[in-house]
Amino acid sequence: MSDFQPAAGGAGLRVDLLAIANLIGTNSRVLDVGCGDGALLQFLADHKDVDGRGIELSQAGVNACVSLGLSVVQGDADADLANYPEQAFDYVVLSQTLQATRNPRQVLLELVRIGRRAIVTFPNFGYWRIRWRLLMGGRMPMVGGLGEHWYETPNIHPCTIRDFEVLCSDLGLSIEHQRVLDDEGKAQAGRWANLFGGQALFMLRRH
Amino acid sequence: MTDPVFSESGEPPSVHGGESVTFGKGRPLHLDCGIELEQFTLAYQTYGELNAEKSNAILACHALTGDQFVAGAHPVTGKGGWWGLMVGPGRPLDTDRYFVICVNVLGGCMGSTGPKEINPATGKAWGPSFPFITVADMVRAQVMALDHLGIDQLFCVLGGSMGGMQALEWAVSYPERVFSAVPIATAARHSAQNIAFHEVGRQAIMADPEWCEGNYLLQGTHPHAGLAVARKAAHITYLSEAALRRKFGRKLQDREALSFGFDADFQVESYLRHQGSTFVDRFDANSYLYITRAMDYFDIAAEHGGHLANAFKSTPVRYCLISFTSDWLFPTAESREIVRALNAEAANVSFVEVETDKGHDAFLLDEPEFFKTLAGFLDGAAKRRGLKG
Repeated sequence: MSDFQPAAGGAGLRVDLLAIANLIGTNSRVLDVGCGDGALLQFLADHKDVDGRGIELSQAGVNACVSLGLSVVQGDADADLANYPEQAFDYVVLSQTLQATRNPRQVLLELVRIGRRAIVTFPNFGYWRIRWRLLMGGRMPMVGGLGEHWYETPNIHPCTIRDFEVLCSDLGLSIEHQRVLDDEGKAQAGRWANLFGGQALFMLRRH
Repeated sequence: MTDPVFSESGEPPSVHGGESVTFGKGRPLHLDCGIELEQFTLAYQTYGELNAEKSNAILACHALTGDQFVAGAHPVTGKGGWWGLMVGPGRPLDTDRYFVICVNVLGGCMGSTGPKEINPATGKAWGPSFPFITVADMVRAQVMALDHLGIDQLFCVLGGSMGGMQALEWAVSYPERVFSAVPIATAARHSAQNIAFHEVGRQAIMADPEWCEGNYLLQGTHPHAGLAVARKAAHITYLSEAALRRKFGRKLQDREALSFGFDADFQVESYLRHQGSTFVDRFDANSYLYITRAMDYFDIAAEHGGHLANAFKSTPVRYCLISFTSDWLFPTAESREIVRALNAEAANVSFVEVETDKGHDAFLLDEPEFFKTLAGFLDGAAKRRGLKG
């Protein structure tokens, strides 16, 4: 789903995943929701001695992860997070997946219930290229991590950075850390983030 | 299951080769039915070498009709073991790295104490006086065998079907003695449908006049007809409709046209008859009754206040659950229920569903994705356990 390239010095890890990894403390317990091929979990196990678990929707992804020795189960964020106990993990990661869930609001609440901290990344629908495409082309934009046609995209709930901040506020979630990345993975910040940031990264916790 | 181990003729084979341990009067086995088994024997096989730390032992648990001869030539039939593809140098259960043990279950008929063995108190075969056993009893007996071998903690306990039940029972009842567990194509309790199929099999055996109320060994009779029917009915449940269609379809057996009789016109009938007739040569009818009953009684949640997650409270065991898409005897939903209960305890669990049309029997067959998953899980666990590659 992401257009990101491997990061320099990140052992082949994509820049957005490396940005997540940098937030995670050593020896912590991590649940990666939508862990894909397990790249982040593998990196965390190798470099941060993390006790990691994963949930992945695609069976092929799950099987690949388990073959690598990672602890991953087949499941999806909407249905399966409710099974986990309160505060069972130090960090729960939801990377590039929130916009594809049926009920992002409920998923966010589950993340901060299960984990002491939730790390969420998503493509920013307020990104200037997306606005430009819609404004000039008059068609659904297909850029910045939102690469499929409107009729086949799994991204049923895209949002802007500002939308996300409002939802966090409504849910009473504290934003502990926030950054946006452009296409090259360079950090953008400040009041123009919602315009110039292609990808958003938030670390949240309950008040 | 579709076990390649069978002899072509004669009596249930007596077992030569292999190892066994007999526990004497001082160490009775307390069975769930309330009886104390004063003296009993367990026959087992080992593969590979136990390391100096005794940390590389894997207990492979066999299914309903399996036995301890997991791999290599069977001493009786000369054919390969039920997991010959799985166990050996460079295979997923790599005997260059792991020490693999398999124990013939209590109640079995390949050397461990069961209804066809002699009751030391009477000097006669146990027959129908053999006490009722449970999966937990089988595991309690195995714990004594592991004590005998001086192994405090298994690196892994695994098995398919009833072997998976034993793996679960081990991990739940002896979590400190199990580093990792791989229950395959199994369930936390035997379903109503599966109990129903077992009932049909048992009734077929008991309806055979040669069963003689279970005393056929004393009477010199052989309930082969009943046991063969039980095997045939069960065998259908191990396959899938797609696999039967692919293998046999409606093809005729050694003939050009229908016979208008009850002969085995169809290849599938001939195949089942072969499965039935070879099975009775290697399996004891009373063992079949007792072991199917043990499976029926299996219900881990019931032993933990009716709530499956209670069984996994604070478990340190690394779990990997594996199911197969076309398995309708132990469908994926059964494994998923165990995974949900483990997740409720934030336990360390992996779960893989393997795409195959081979039904329940897939766990005994050459399924590359299954092998790759299992090898990967074991390798990851071995690194955590500090076992050398």
